Amino acid sequence: MDDIQLLANIENYLAGEMSPTEVAVFEALRKKTPEIDQMVVEHKLFQHQIADYAATQNIKHTLHEVHARLLENDDVNEGGEISAKAQVVQLWNRYKRVTAIAASVGGVIALVISGLVAYFSPVVNGNQIQQLSKDIEIIKRNQQYQGSLINEVKSKIPNGVTVISGGSGFLIDAKGFIITNAHVLKGTAAIVVDSKGREYNASIVHIDTKKDLAILKIEDEDFEPLKSLPYSIGKSNADLGDEIFTLGYPRNDIVYGVGYLASKTGFNGDSLSYQIQISANPGNSGGPVLNNNGEVIGVLSTRQAQADGVAFAVKSKNIFECVNEAKDSNTILENIKIPTHSNLKGLQRKQQISKVADCVFNVKAFSKK
Amino acid sequence: MGYFYPPHSINCSKVKAEQNEQALLKGLANNDSKAIETIYKDNFSMVQAFVLNNNGSYDDARDVFQEAMIALYEKAQSESFVLTCQIKTYVYSICRRLWLKKLQQLGRFSNQVDNLDETVPVEEDLEIHEKRNAEFAIMDRAMKSLGEPCKSLLEGYYLKKMGMQELAAEFGYTNADNAKNQKYKCLMRLKKLFFSQYNIGE
Repeated sequence: MDDIQLLANIENYLAGEMSPTEVAVFEALRKKTPEIDQMVVEHKLFQHQIADYAATQNIKHTLHEVHARLLENDDVNEGGEISAKAQVVQLWNRYKRVTAIAASVGGVIALVISGLVAYFSPVVNGNQIQQLSKDIEIIKRNQQYQGSLINEVKSKIPNGVTVISGGSGFLIDAKGFIITNAHVLKGTAAIVVDSKGREYNASIVHIDTKKDLAILKIEDEDFEPLKSLPYSIGKSNADLGDEIFTLGYPRNDIVYGVGYLASKTGFNGDSLSYQIQISANPGNSGGPVLNNNGEVIGVLSTRQAQADGVAFAVKSKNIFECVNEAKDSNTILENIKIPTHSNLKGLQRKQQISKVADCVFNVKAFSKK
Repeated sequence: MGYFYPPHSINCSKVKAEQNEQALLKGLANNDSKAIETIYKDNFSMVQAFVLNNNGSYDDARDVFQEAMIALYEKAQSESFVLTCQIKTYVYSICRRLWLKKLQQLGRFSNQVDNLDETVPVEEDLEIHEKRNAEFAIMDRAMKSLGEPCKSLLEGYYLKKMGMQELAAEFGYTNADNAKNQKYKCLMRLKKLFFSQYNIGE
């Protein structure tokens, strides 16, 4: 019996396709030869295995078919339409880490860039400049103080008006013309107060906001014009390091300050003004900046907010320009005579101050109702 | 990394599964494509959503689901089979187990979170299923290394359940006996290949 015949017999035997006599013969053979017996057991196991295998292969096949059919009929989706949410969540889950890393990298880059920009970009103007006019509160306080101090003189500020701004100013003509800063005069009219506390009504003659200069004219019968002004107004540029001093009204009493000329240009290279090193406060605006010879070299106007003692003064030659421009429109200015000769040369500072102080006024601007 | 989005409703009734479901399982056991289609339709999107929501792709979802269907099929075939819960619950439990295992293998999933999804214990069933899978893999390898025409002949006989007459006609043998003879030769080679692996496997 060759192998194939044997295998055929085993299959027939296992399938029960043998006649009873054949079965008897075959079973006798099994008993006699253990190898054949072993083969029968083995084949039975194999048949079982291959049947299971076949069944599973078939079910897999069916599953694939069903899947394809359902896909075709849109009962099953594999393209994201089924639930956009699921897909988004899936994408999110898959790329969560990448996204997180990318976001952190982005954040770090943003920080670095903003840091670099902040480091390299030029300092912007912002509120670094402070005008030295006093605010209303200070002025109100001053008024009360003044009222209590000088009882005999009634304030010439009309009743019921609000003082808007204030500062300092000084005479440029003995007849009562006062120069001050444009930003000091925010109202429509002003009074000026001299160093002895006397008030005079003044009218605004000219305002030049570009140069930040303004001209006032004292129009008060109490005012006695001076014979001459002790100082001169300088026409040429001052020199670096020139010792300077100023007089002004950061409070109700006149205050003296001293410093030096720090730069021939002002804030951010502004050629209309000087940078000076001086202690200046709100209220100093409009005050004269004089050199040792008693020559006015500028009008104190602003200071740098973040730096201590750094102030700026409008160059004195602008005063001439301002007056000349104003002459065209104001006949009142025709006879103005700006002093060009200083009487203060060689005097001691105390004497200089006492003479200049008479010509420096506290300016209070208000709006008429 | 471990959020689970359970399907909306899995009601595992401890009572005997409904008659309808029994009929479906019977159909599945008999490889009835109608029954398979019904089960497929009822359960696939749930499993798909689960896999997609847990780091898987559409292909992953299909593979996992079909694997679960085969496990269910195997279970349905055994005579002692009683499904104590709904098909939905069972399929979901199997798929969940399979997919988490896959994720762990891929290293895409680190910390498994205990969750309150309603599942039934399927570890035992899966163990049996995996053992069978291993056996099938041996058979598959043996079949594939058999070469033609043996492979097609045996596939025709065992998978497509073709008769010897049919096979003889298909493969061009002059009569059924010759075909049968050839089949036995091929079968002997397949057995040899299978048992060489199978014994090692044991």
